[in-house]
Amino acid sequence: MAETEHGKIYESHVLLNSTLDSVDKAEEIVLEAVKEMGFEEDDGHQIGMAIRECMVNAVVHGNRYNAKKHVHLDVDATPTQLTVTIGDEGEGFDLGSLPDPLASENLLRQSGRGILLIRAFMDDFDLHPRPGGGTEVRIVKNLSRP
Amino acid sequence: MSVKLTTRQVGDVTVIDAVGRITLGEGASTFRDLIRDLSAKGDKKVLLNLGEVSYIDSSGIGEMVSGFTTVTNNGGQLKLEGLSKRVKDLLQITKLYTVFEVFDDEADAIRSFV
Repeated sequence: MAETEHGKIYESHVLLNSTLDSVDKAEEIVLEAVKEMGFEEDDGHQIGMAIRECMVNAVVHGNRYNAKKHVHLDVDATPTQLTVTIGDEGEGFDLGSLPDPLASENLLRQSGRGILLIRAFMDDFDLHPRPGGGTEVRIVKNLSRP
Repeated sequence: MSVKLTTRQVGDVTVIDAVGRITLGEGASTFRDLIRDLSAKGDKKVLLNLGEVSYIDSSGIGEMVSGFTTVTNNGGQLKLEGLSKRVKDLLQITKLYTVFEVFDDEADAIRSFV
């Protein structure tokens, strides 16, 4: 894809259903941008994993599989930066309420590691209320060119 | 493709060979069901071979932790072998290296059970 006047080489804005199939679909869309940008394979794997974790949070915890609710996926790529925004239409989420998954008393908890992995794999992570209701996550990965 | 699990016996150790992806949905629940079946049968020495596992997400990690707790509460041990670099990285990030015993070599893993 040619670079636009805004410096973007990839752009996609999609409304997805609240199903696990949408997790695959979102990863597929983002990996198109990853390929376009020329990320290394390991980076692509980590970005794909971060997207899946965000999507699972949106579908399962945010929208609770509600067929009337959607997940809003926005992907923007410049030659050096990938930005993905994933919004749900759920009841909202307080990041501070999440137990620290690395605390010794929480190591054997079954859940609560998704955001830890997203933060580990991406360069920037921001979670905020979505305008109109729900939660929006914005994640960024920078591409260092030699 | 989700995960395919097969079991084999090496002495008194039950080895689970996992192939594919352990992720939210079928993959994670398949693993959960197998661990419950093994615990119900009284298997106490369980070695999970992840050599052919290409992908584990946070739900899959959660199921592995849950499996560890199930086997341990049953008086047994669940250990891991054959982890790819990516799976090792996940265990580092989540600090689960401090929970699971991890082996590169199956013979070493088998010998480690008491």
